[in-house]
Amino acid sequence: MKRKTTIAFCLSVIVAVGLQSFKIEKKGTIKHKGDLVNAGLTLPDNFSANIIADNLGSARHLVVTPQGDIYVHLDRPKDGKGIVVLHDNGDKAAIKTSFGAFGGTGIRIKNGYLYASSDRDVYRFKLNSNNEVIDPEHPEKVVGNLVTKRGHRPKAIALDDNGNLYVNIGAYSNICSEFDPEKKGCPILDSAGGIWRFKTDKLNQKQSDGVRFATGLRNVVGLDWNQEDNQLFVMQHGRDALHDLFPKYYTVQQSALLPAECMYALKEGDNAGWPYLYYDDVKHKKMMGPEYGGDGEKEADAKYIDPVAAYPGHLAPDGLLFYTGNQFPEKYKNGAFIAFHGSWNRAPEPQAGYFVVFQPFKNGKPDGKWEVFADGFAGTPEQAAAGRAEHRPCGLAQGADGSLYVSDDSKGTIYKITYKK
Amino acid sequence: MKIKVVGILLALIPLSINCSLAQVKKAQHRPVSGTSVLRGKIVYTSVCLPCHMADGGGVQNLNPPLVKTSYVLGDKTTLIKIVLNGFNEDVEINGNTYSNAMTPHDDLKDQQIADVLTYVRSSFGNKASAVKATEVAKVRATNKKA
Repeated sequence: MKRKTTIAFCLSVIVAVGLQSFKIEKKGTIKHKGDLVNAGLTLPDNFSANIIADNLGSARHLVVTPQGDIYVHLDRPKDGKGIVVLHDNGDKAAIKTSFGAFGGTGIRIKNGYLYASSDRDVYRFKLNSNNEVIDPEHPEKVVGNLVTKRGHRPKAIALDDNGNLYVNIGAYSNICSEFDPEKKGCPILDSAGGIWRFKTDKLNQKQSDGVRFATGLRNVVGLDWNQEDNQLFVMQHGRDALHDLFPKYYTVQQSALLPAECMYALKEGDNAGWPYLYYDDVKHKKMMGPEYGGDGEKEADAKYIDPVAAYPGHLAPDGLLFYTGNQFPEKYKNGAFIAFHGSWNRAPEPQAGYFVVFQPFKNGKPDGKWEVFADGFAGTPEQAAAGRAEHRPCGLAQGADGSLYVSDDSKGTIYKITYKK
Repeated sequence: MKIKVVGILLALIPLSINCSLAQVKKAQHRPVSGTSVLRGKIVYTSVCLPCHMADGGGVQNLNPPLVKTSYVLGDKTTLIKIVLNGFNEDVEINGNTYSNAMTPHDDLKDQQIADVLTYVRSSFGNKASAVKATEVAKVRATNKKA
């Protein structure tokens, strides 16, 4: 009896010690995440990923110069500086400097200028021949005083080759109900819920100096100019709360998956139809919004443009990049990478997203099914399902050698993804 | 030698049992009714969870967390009014701003609001007193007059 007890205790001690060491090991892997294979990401064969910078803050969009400098725009300035400059030394990037008294999302380089947006203004900084900012203390204001109210504030930007600047001015509402109680037409579309176009070389423009290039877009964070067919592509964040607002038409499960997050190819004057419709990627149809007479079955007015591609609901596309590099295999050339920030509006169903998707393109249009390119930013599947992701992909940039950079605005991590045969 | 180790381990057992008993006792003495919490959880799941999430942690930049904030743990009248009237201002908590609008939930009954607030104030690491239906009724009465 005594012996049995002793053995049992010894066993429990062994188990306890074993558990303890397992705990330590587990802690260790989290601590040295940079040493994990591919920085903890899963990627297609022959791709690898490195964490080249960490703990930068709320790293939103980013841009890489041919000289290997990386400009990262922080949503909230750190120590009073909203733009961090890194230099990529291959496996690691070192912080060179930081500047810019404003936080924000948008950042681009074109024709010797760095363009960066706050949630209200767009600024530019002149660059020297090494693409370094000459006078970081004195940016020029390109556009000022854009509409910025509660919600969908980030002013993501894109540039074309003809001296035009495209700015997202998101709708400050989920579905316009509070502004359009009698359903006469959503009045906020005159100054929000679309893409506005300005001149890159004209200073101190007001919103009224710009052109409402496209409307009926609830909120766009990921957008990019497609060089192949010379067109602006945008990723719309679809509406929330179909079930919460219309439980008689939508189940909790339907509401978690609908509506689709949509990719649009825009021409001047296009109307994508928010808040009057949403896109159902199961039915492959534009559906009349329930606030405007829809019931989950009625289709929307055909006058609104169709998306060119659609993705599952609430995944929050925050970054779009057309890949023009030569490092990755041929199938990636001129295709689109999309950074999905990850969902929150799927509860109580599991949350999803937190990955980078590749969308194949042919002749400037989506061609074939999208695929998950880089996954695992969230950490464990449980962290993803609970919406408590460790890292959340936001910005995408391409290096001169064709490497792909991904920013994470949760921990301020910068990933570099490379390909080697 | 072995016996000594066993003896020490055996001695530790009652200690650990005492600890857990003490915790249970403490929980029972808290002025929060268990049935109100259970009912509150049901209200929370259908009304609050889609935005504030199952763990009360909210959503980055959008929906504020309900974990140990002064809004949740502080003045009950203010908290009840948020449920009745909704919330249309930016909230700053620990340096982060949350900007989604909260719709009014005055369609909920006094008891439902009391239950859900009692649940929130005693969950997610929060430890604050229960909210009674009579307190909600009182706030609702003056709320209407204003």
